[in-house]
Amino acid sequence: MTVKSTARARKKAAPAVPDNLPAGSGAQPELIQLLTPEGERVEHPDYPLTTTPEELRDLYRDLVLVRRFDAEATSLQRQGELGLWASLLGQEAAQVGSGRAMRPGDYAFPTYREHGVAWCRDVDPLNLLGMFRGVNHGGWDPNEKNFHLYTIVIGAQALHATGYAMGITKDGTDDAVIAYFGDGASSQGDVSEAFTFASVYNAPVVFFCQNNQWAISEPTTNQTKIPLYRRASGFGFPGVRVDGNDVLACLAVTRWALDHARSGNGPVLVEAFTYRMGAHTTSDDPTRYRLAEETEAWRAKDPISRLKAHLDREGLADEAFFASVEAKSEELGLRVREGVRSMPDPDPTLIFDHVYAEPHTLVDEERAEYTAYAASFEGGENL
Amino acid sequence: MMAGQLSIAKALNEALRKSLENDPKTLLMGEDIGKLGGVFRITDGLQKDFGESRVIDTPLAESGIVGTAIGLALRGYRPVVEIQFDGFVYPAFDQIVSQLAKMHARALGHVKLPVTVRIPYAGGIGAVEHHSESHEAYFAHTAGLRVVSPSNAHDAHWMLRQAIASDDPVIFLEPKRRYWDKGEVGDAADLPLHDARIARGGTDATLIAYGPMVKVCLDAAAAAEEDGRSLEVVDLRSLSPVDFAALEASVKRTGRAIVVHEAPVFLGMGAELAARLTERCFYHLEAPVLRVGGFHAPYPPSRVEEAFLPDLDRVLDAVDRSFAY
Ligand SMILES: Cc1ncc(C[n+]2csc(CCOP(=O)(O)OP(=O)(O)O)c2C)c(N)n1
Repeated sequence: MTVKSTARARKKAAPAVPDNLPAGSGAQPELIQLLTPEGERVEHPDYPLTTTPEELRDLYRDLVLVRRFDAEATSLQRQGELGLWASLLGQEAAQVGSGRAMRPGDYAFPTYREHGVAWCRDVDPLNLLGMFRGVNHGGWDPNEKNFHLYTIVIGAQALHATGYAMGITKDGTDDAVIAYFGDGASSQGDVSEAFTFASVYNAPVVFFCQNNQWAISEPTTNQTKIPLYRRASGFGFPGVRVDGNDVLACLAVTRWALDHARSGNGPVLVEAFTYRMGAHTTSDDPTRYRLAEETEAWRAKDPISRLKAHLDREGLADEAFFASVEAKSEELGLRVREGVRSMPDPDPTLIFDHVYAEPHTLVDEERAEYTAYAASFEGGENL
Repeated sequence: MMAGQLSIAKALNEALRKSLENDPKTLLMGEDIGKLGGVFRITDGLQKDFGESRVIDTPLAESGIVGTAIGLALRGYRPVVEIQFDGFVYPAFDQIVSQLAKMHARALGHVKLPVTVRIPYAGGIGAVEHHSESHEAYFAHTAGLRVVSPSNAHDAHWMLRQAIASDDPVIFLEPKRRYWDKGEVGDAADLPLHDARIARGGTDATLIAYGPMVKVCLDAAAAAEEDGRSLEVVDLRSLSPVDFAALEASVKRTGRAIVVHEAPVFLGMGAELAARLTERCFYHLEAPVLRVGGFHAPYPPSRVEEAFLPDLDRVLDAVDRSFAY
């Protein structure tokens, strides 16, 4: 191994995992866990985490609000307000845990499903809905919250994240980057190229793979013959598999990985082992390719009820707290509903806006032609 | 500075040097561009003078090169990437057309991607497969990209500096068969990056070309003069945007236009230029706009590339056809 990975990291990169584990079984010996599905706190020697009751309550609130936002968006799609929605249902812990592990100066490069990460970066949820409603292709300023635009082409953003991280190294700051992608994306050349660049240039980037077991209808076994986190060792950096439904483990492991990266030790691959409870998107029908029993088995590991069980068991939250979360959730639901319904259609000349940073004669001509054409219709002169 | 006769290769090298000197955020990235100086030596000596962190030898991964350049640009850098040969840009095609070209618009102008993609392109050097391709139409067809190609040392130098200074992504196509052609490189960028240039004045017909074909057209114009025909040669320089005003003015004066490029004629730059000129100069045209270019076939083995590439005779033949209307 040529990177400066520690013996400890190396130990994690080559764990004793049998190759023949059934896909989606959840029977994973190397799964880092800090909170059992029953809500019991367990320790892991490599990923210590101390949390105050308030922090635990904050995480709980995040999980609930993110789920609410997602549910609201799904309903809005059903009501025809959104053209499509990619739900994160079931993946809240992976996203909130990793999102809350970031520092303000860190930068996230999402796919199209990272609504929970966006939430943690304080991106207005309504911004995320613009592209699903069809009023823009992204629309927010990525630098405002260090949260890049959603990327639809699978795996492309892994390279953007890596290049950005290479820039951080050049700048000599101690920021770090997270690149999010799915288990399907792990098959893409861009993800492998990102691993190569990140490893060779020791870039401070954490590759955060949410293995939700499915790439639309294809199971993870169609993408890989070995557990995904073990890919990293072939590229010369550590890989860790974390229980993606355990928000505390996701927080601790991602924090460790980001610190590892920002300290000049190069990239880390975190595989959050989780499950997509809903459809791939609102246009997908998962009953055609997966069994209800599988989904039910995962329901028992639900990230929210797990933390709730912990709060209850330890007496860390009272009725008033849960009521306040519920009230906030209602408030968010209302804001999202109203916000989406009142989102105006853009002026068609948006087509010509920002195609280039500097003037381009063809675009200018076509804008003028279109504007004149539109103005030739009755009532079109306002364009 | 470097006034005097320079080869296009050296003019490009000096342009990179000046750009690295003028802006610490400018970076060069590519395969073999460090110690080797690139397979065409365009980056010769630059790593020695600017260091390995500014002139970066990359892994052999084109999508990786362009994709990480996008990330570096997002972080405030100004990467200039070298694709080793035209035929190897395709693995990076997605990053170029789906990511690089669109991100500015998707972010409603909040991010800028000043990435320059340098590609030694087109044929005429007797190379093996995948080393002679003209893919300009793919890129010019993609909104969000600027596409330019110089034809002489002066333009090579200044257009590259202008491309690097541009806040937009620029596909910079270097006519590799002209790398060793020498020419005067003056002290000033006397034309904006996107203006066409009248390479030779004339009155009877307009030859429109760019990159490697400009010289062929100038030779054809010189030959035609002996036949008593005065041909104007317009060097497009920029393929996106196209300086239609300059083309229109020339064609309205001469009444005839012939577009010459190496790329296959079918759906190529010539198709676009012919269509627009027909729309704009219909009543001034004495003949349809004609095209001279490659065939709808893969770039051929080098022993027969002469048959594929437009040469002086094919250009003059098209001129004859134009006058026969
Ligand atoms: C390059 C590319 N190919 C195909 C698609 C269509 N597509 C969209 S999502 C998806 C599955 C992605 O699965 P995964 O990476 O596991 O992420 P998940 O959606 O499960 O979070 C596919 C095939 C695409 N967006 N990009």
